Amino acid sequence: MSEKVLMKGNEAIAEAAIRAGCRHYFGYPITPQTELAAYMAKRMPKIGGCFLQAESEIAAINMVYGVASTGLRVMTSSSSPGVSLKQEGISYIAGADLPALIVNVQRGGPGLGGIQPSQSDYFQATKGGGHGDYHLIVLAPASVQEMADLTAKCFELADKYRMPSMLLADGTMGQMMEPVLLPEESDVTVEKPWALTGTKMQRGHNIVNSLYLKPEELEKTNFDRFERYKQVEENEVMYEEFMMDDAEVCVVAFGIAARVSKNAVVEARKQGIKAGLLRPITLWPFPSAAVKQAAEHCKGFVSVELSMGQMIEDIKLASDCKCPVELCNRAGGMIPSPEQVLESIKNIAGGKA
Amino acid sequence: MVVFEKPHALCDVPLHYCPGCTHGIVHRLVAEAIDELGIEGSAIGVAPVGCAVMAYDYFNCDMVEAAHGRAPAVATGIKRAKPENIVFTYQGDGDLASIGMAETVHAATRNENITIIFINNAIYGMTGGQMAPTSLPGQVTQTSPYGRDVKTAGFPIKVSELLASLDGPSYIQRVAVNNVKNVKQAKKAIKKAFENQIEGKGFSLIEVVSSCPTNWGMTPQQALDWVEEKMIPYYPLGVYKDKTSEEGE
Repeated sequence: MSEKVLMKGNEAIAEAAIRAGCRHYFGYPITPQTELAAYMAKRMPKIGGCFLQAESEIAAINMVYGVASTGLRVMTSSSSPGVSLKQEGISYIAGADLPALIVNVQRGGPGLGGIQPSQSDYFQATKGGGHGDYHLIVLAPASVQEMADLTAKCFELADKYRMPSMLLADGTMGQMMEPVLLPEESDVTVEKPWALTGTKMQRGHNIVNSLYLKPEELEKTNFDRFERYKQVEENEVMYEEFMMDDAEVCVVAFGIAARVSKNAVVEARKQGIKAGLLRPITLWPFPSAAVKQAAEHCKGFVSVELSMGQMIEDIKLASDCKCPVELCNRAGGMIPSPEQVLESIKNIAGGKA
Repeated sequence: MVVFEKPHALCDVPLHYCPGCTHGIVHRLVAEAIDELGIEGSAIGVAPVGCAVMAYDYFNCDMVEAAHGRAPAVATGIKRAKPENIVFTYQGDGDLASIGMAETVHAATRNENITIIFINNAIYGMTGGQMAPTSLPGQVTQTSPYGRDVKTAGFPIKVSELLASLDGPSYIQRVAVNNVKNVKQAKKAIKKAFENQIEGKGFSLIEVVSSCPTNWGMTPQQALDWVEEKMIPYYPLGVYKDKTSEEGE
């Protein structure tokens, strides 16, 4: 039964995860994702689930690895510096082809950085993050509603493609409250014949592993994995277009930056500039085809980011640099204003970029 | 009449261990314990990084390969997900007492209901003989070529004593496998560590003082003698903690 409630983004993730059948959560305290862990600590014991505050981010992600190897839905959450610590484990999870959810409620960096919202972990999230060739499915919510919906989607896609998924939010998304229609309880059961359940002396032993000492075998696992990634790229791209039909300036932004940008697009339209917004929902796979198509009829792009310019590289790649891409950014926990975005839109519209 | 055979819980494959290495003995003891307790079908083992990295190919039960030092965290996840399964880790000294010390200490203090088999051979074997957290003072290794200098490299970590100082863990014992008497004692301890888990008694760790003839630069016999003469005096054998017989535990 669905119900509409007022919730913080961090709490919406937690509740949506539980409704998606996740009964194991491992975390380590860090701002600004604190409410998520607190919610899990309160709820999990009441529903026969497991909340465990690990001794470190590293331990937490390895506990996730353990649960994932048994085939159960499992998650961890953290914020930027903590997610860096998890990278070793994420690489192992990807290398062992296990589904799991990692939530990153981003804050400014590098180093200890700050505790204000940021999108500067885009590279880390979308290009792999740890060692070796791999990807995560990366979803970027832009509302509390999407914090809930995309959490469920992350679990679904992770199971479907046997790979880790990441919900890449930011401090604003985590902290703000909005009405949210909570998803229904999921009763989906996915067959996982590879899972560690004990042989019950009825089958050969299952091995969950990412070690292949023979290079030709290791190469094959890489190629096989990238075949799966190709399917993800073909089938799972998600994005939202706003006023893009006749747009001459295409603003590309995700998460909180997309919300700011939407206001700027509306204002630009009022001033007679044909601006539109393309909001990637999947950051990996990136909506390259949509960007490429926009490059056919737009004068240029504005990449609005809470970073020093990371997604802009994917826009340039996807558009084959056919038209200019202006970076409109703030960093270190600062958020661009609609006026700043409008300025960049005007630059592109006026051919100044 | 069969007088000696391979335990069922061991796979019928050649092990990669060096001649004279005691990993083979300990693998066998673990497998015998699994057989005797009839838990192969419910067991899930966690392999380490180090010489025993390929233990997942040697034990017949379900297996997972963990990152270096993280086996107790991985085992925690598995046990929390599958409390009805018997979960064990098999780790060396670099894995458990250096890079994985935090995971070890915290799994112990939570009294996770898991079994840890800890091989202490005072050296990193797989990478070719570097100084371990358990290398003895003065011990010559690739990274302590003039002997472990405690002034700069610190002292060996006595894992059993350290863990026994915690309130959490249920059972901590140090054994050795350098002679028949000690092997028999080790078998008893390993079996008890699994029994404790079956009975829900919590965290058990068996430290097995072992030998590494290859990286110690000794013959197998010399290595066993070194265990007796150098290792055991520094790492005395015995039960360091046993909460399993206490009331209400």
